[in-house]
Amino acid sequence: MHELSIALSLIDTVEEEAERHSGRVSAIHLKLGPLSGVVAEALVSAFEMAREGTTLAGARLVIEEMPVVVYCSTCQARQPVASIQWFCCPVCDTPAAEVVQGKELEVVALEMEDGE
Amino acid sequence: MANEPRLVEVRRNVLKRNDVVARALRENFREAGVTVVSLVSSPGSGKTAFLEKTLTLLQPRYRVAALVGDLATENDALRLARSGAKVSQITTGTLCHLEAEMVRGAVETWNLRELDFLFLENVGNLVCPSSYDLGEELRLVLLSVTEGEDKPLKYPTIFNSADVAVITKTDLAAAVEFDWPAAAANIQRVRPGMRVIQVSAKTGEGMDQWLAFLEALRTPAQTRA
Repeated sequence: MHELSIALSLIDTVEEEAERHSGRVSAIHLKLGPLSGVVAEALVSAFEMAREGTTLAGARLVIEEMPVVVYCSTCQARQPVASIQWFCCPVCDTPAAEVVQGKELEVVALEMEDGE
Repeated sequence: MANEPRLVEVRRNVLKRNDVVARALRENFREAGVTVVSLVSSPGSGKTAFLEKTLTLLQPRYRVAALVGDLATENDALRLARSGAKVSQITTGTLCHLEAEMVRGAVETWNLRELDFLFLENVGNLVCPSSYDLGEELRLVLLSVTEGEDKPLKYPTIFNSADVAVITKTDLAAAVEFDWPAAAANIQRVRPGMRVIQVSAKTGEGMDQWLAFLEALRTPAQTRA
């Protein structure tokens, strides 16, 4: 369980970013891939604990879970894997080591509200 | 009157701070000519025994050091120091993984040019260490034969984040009826093309192959992109 460490990093990151804009952060949009090693539910719980007493106390965390996508050299195309326990092309079954998506742990947008 | 929230687009990696430190470390390590290898595994997979043996065998020909992450005790560091290598402990307290900043702090006063190899032994954990880049050149994931051949499928993320799989305690393989083909297939499923090395720190079996791999890594690694 390292989601609390991640939640603290998330709060630092968002507070830093929010300083550049006026208003209050009401929601944080995060892209999360399974290969980041972070579990969405655990991160939400950790965030809800960690946000208390910060400027993000009223902010929601909205997570978009990203599927793992690999590059298949046979199909010469990006393909989503059927399972993260099997890195192969779902179309032709070629093993695919090149991960093009699925490692994300990235803040992509903030919802800002005017007010105190 | 309620204002509509404004949507501000940003692109910020949550672990950017760690990644920045890790990148700087990697540059420092390369510049100093030290090859840095990290080890991750579950608790009890034989990381410390494997590392102790590795340090002992490298010691006559290379300048070697190790940083050991442990929750509370210094036992591992004491064991490794028996090899004669420079060993330093990072006590993580309740933290279940090493972060780049801890590595930076630990080597801050070291002259890295005096080293050929540096090993980073992560906290025994197959989940959390996968998120943190430590600036290493190579990440090993260890799997002992006593843990069973399905470990890669249970922890695909850490296997996918590692470069080489080391199967340890091979001297016990027959006793636990370790299924070698299944283990190999499971590793390839979660990390196609992954290199697998088999060792027994106890009997020394496979250690020569491992050392040859390490030494080969050393020369060309310096120019690797």
